[in-house]
Amino acid sequence: MIAFLTAHIALVFAALAVFCVVVYVLADGLDLGVGILFLAAPRDADRDVMMASIEPVWDGNETWLVAGGTLLLAAFPAGYYILLPAFYLPIVTMLFALILRGVAFGFRLQATRFRFVWDLAFAGGSILAALCQGLILGGLIDGVPVADGMFAGGPFSFLSLLGLLCGIGLIGGYALIGAGWLILKTEGRTQIFAREIAHAALILVAVMMLVVSGWSALTVPEVAARWFSLPNIVLLAPVPLVTLAVIVALWRGIWTGGEKRTFALALVLFALGLIGLVVSLWPYVVPRAVTVWDGLADPQSLTFISFGLAVVLPVVLAYQAHAYWVFRGKTLTEHGAYDAPDGAARPESLS
Amino acid sequence: MDAVAFARLQFAFTVGFHILWPTLTIGLAWFVTCLSALWWRTGKPVYRQLMRFWMRIFALGFGMGVVTGIVLSYEIGTNWAGFSRSASNVLGPLFLYETLTAFFLEAGFIGIMLFGEGRVSKGAHVFASLMVSVGALFSATWIIAANSWMQTPAGAVADADGIFHVVNWWDVVFTASFPYRLAHMVCASFLTVSFVVAGVSAFHLWRGRQVKASRTAFSMALWMALVLAPTQIALGDLHGRNTLEHQPIKLAAMEGLWETTKGPAMTLIAWPDMAAQKNLYALDIPHLASLYLTHSWDGEVEGLKAVPPADQPNVPVVFFAFRIMAGIGMVLLGTAMTGLVLRLRHRLFETRWFLGLAMATTPLGFIAVIAGWTVTEAGRQPWVIYGQLRTADAVAPVSAGAVGASLIGFFLLYNVLMLTFLWFAGRAAIAGPTDLPMPVETHPGLDGTNMSGRATLPPAPNAPALPGAPHAAGA
Repeated sequence: MIAFLTAHIALVFAALAVFCVVVYVLADGLDLGVGILFLAAPRDADRDVMMASIEPVWDGNETWLVAGGTLLLAAFPAGYYILLPAFYLPIVTMLFALILRGVAFGFRLQATRFRFVWDLAFAGGSILAALCQGLILGGLIDGVPVADGMFAGGPFSFLSLLGLLCGIGLIGGYALIGAGWLILKTEGRTQIFAREIAHAALILVAVMMLVVSGWSALTVPEVAARWFSLPNIVLLAPVPLVTLAVIVALWRGIWTGGEKRTFALALVLFALGLIGLVVSLWPYVVPRAVTVWDGLADPQSLTFISFGLAVVLPVVLAYQAHAYWVFRGKTLTEHGAYDAPDGAARPESLS
Repeated sequence: MDAVAFARLQFAFTVGFHILWPTLTIGLAWFVTCLSALWWRTGKPVYRQLMRFWMRIFALGFGMGVVTGIVLSYEIGTNWAGFSRSASNVLGPLFLYETLTAFFLEAGFIGIMLFGEGRVSKGAHVFASLMVSVGALFSATWIIAANSWMQTPAGAVADADGIFHVVNWWDVVFTASFPYRLAHMVCASFLTVSFVVAGVSAFHLWRGRQVKASRTAFSMALWMALVLAPTQIALGDLHGRNTLEHQPIKLAAMEGLWETTKGPAMTLIAWPDMAAQKNLYALDIPHLASLYLTHSWDGEVEGLKAVPPADQPNVPVVFFAFRIMAGIGMVLLGTAMTGLVLRLRHRLFETRWFLGLAMATTPLGFIAVIAGWTVTEAGRQPWVIYGQLRTADAVAPVSAGAVGASLIGFFLLYNVLMLTFLWFAGRAAIAGPTDLPMPVETHPGLDGTNMSGRATLPPAPNAPALPGAPHAAGA
């Protein structure tokens, strides 16, 4: 076991990096998604529940973004010091956006006047962060200019139509996860809103998945070669087919399925999209410039972090799951049930 | 200005802004844990009242720390690609361990600490708060290990390309300056928070509101300050002597000492002139620096001129930042001692000028922390890894325009954030440790939902009636 892992250490750490990205996208996806849907919700009371439903977990979710960054630095430094300057503007803008939505949690709760400012910061920050992540994704598929082992492009070389399409797709995808989360965590009118908007989000994400796949196959020859050559086309066929099946199952279950179904299927859909991405980009850390084997850190550094990852990561996953468990069930807002008749006083059980 | 100058300015600004929040939250997390434990063991409502009050401020500061910290973990790549290329084998694992052991620990329990009081038992709340506090300490430990390695590198060798490879992890983590820097910073956080708690409590005592809770907090804070202020000065002395041994040029800049001297004088104040390589308008006390640096009358201390001017840090910045930090240390010590005298005379809570003094000390700890980090970071220049990698060689291949634009963005955004934080934290602080819901106006939502009382948590329906809780008091 240990011998096998040592022999394939690049694969092990690549798998770990992909795992971090998957966990980040799925976990932060649900709270970014709630943020994206924030202003679309009809009532202020809906917004209170929506925010309360992610309040205890968003910080843990976002920590996976830091985990991804630091794992990249520790395990694949070339990816870190080439890709981060390459995506300077979208990364900094994403950080601005995450700051805005992050502080909105605390400040909206305290605000009496101008709460709409924090509503705007929260929703705008979430949408902008998703858009920036899409721009980075599109730039990755398109490839990064590298010379002498360093980034060799300009501040706007990340920009591409593909990135914009990815950004719109991510906004739709996160919105779908967010809607699924709200169906699970809320009831009454908020839940009805979530079910309605889930349809729109699903249409958006399905169309964009198709457009992005088609566009990158047309414009990036390496991606087309990966998918459409024999025997790959046969081996990889299940990925788009299962994706199609999941989309159909999602569409049919939004109103009639169980409350967990939309959320679970939305996560599966996202995971499938990420598998597709890995297939397109493998085996590169910096697309078509540095492979996972060339970009790997020193063995003594990898050994040192292996201990931590093997011991700490399972514990982290366990108590993050525990945090979700403590706040399981339908979210209660602090001023009471959100489904009370308009203008009603606080319900009996809480006064 | 070139890309290096912009990148340095941006990093100094973002890291300097960030350090304010860990300084507040490391100490405050332990204070809240302590209050939660006291409430659990004694059942006295005053502790719950104080815990919930300080938790509100802690929550705001914690959020600021998280969002400004994420920026740093990416800025090291976006702006300092040369540095991360050179040092990734050494620092990457340290940062990853910080994420694994500290950020995840905090993130896993912060929800329960802030929002779970009604949902979990009192003991479980103490435990969750303790985990957040321990996480904050772990975070400080790893990041200071990384910083200390940049100050006094050990345990790794650079190859011909300038890439560091680790030889011994123990040496990398436990470098010569690490224990001193860690102790000095953690103590700084606790000391700062002591004076924040004392200052806010003094305000309520001064106004005569929430007197019982404010007396308790004021008394606790001043006992802490009395222990920590002298401890911090002693730690500072040890840290300074460690710097003398391992980074003599930084120490010479702190002292404003140009010539290598036997039995150097202490320069109380002066204008260090880098062009002339000497001090102007100096006020010296003979032999004093020799006494506290070498503990002897005629000890030899290396001067700035031991290295060419190109290898010297910006002397006035280091020199004055050091005097600001040390001066504040003395003021805080004096305040804590005065508190002791008044306490022994049973006049601690009634002496209005002292309450005013305590209020005035509230921001001083933060200023001292910024000044202290300025000393150690500006004093390391022109090196980013002391003696190994120059700051000028550490930047990323990013255009000056992009860095300049993002610098302006950070500057505007962070100033708005600071004002907003001060507005909300100030409002919570002024409302004080009341157990009544914070005075919140009825918020006319789209459907007119009554939002009053939303600033406090209702206890879970099955929770026992809590003495002093609004529903019990109103019954």
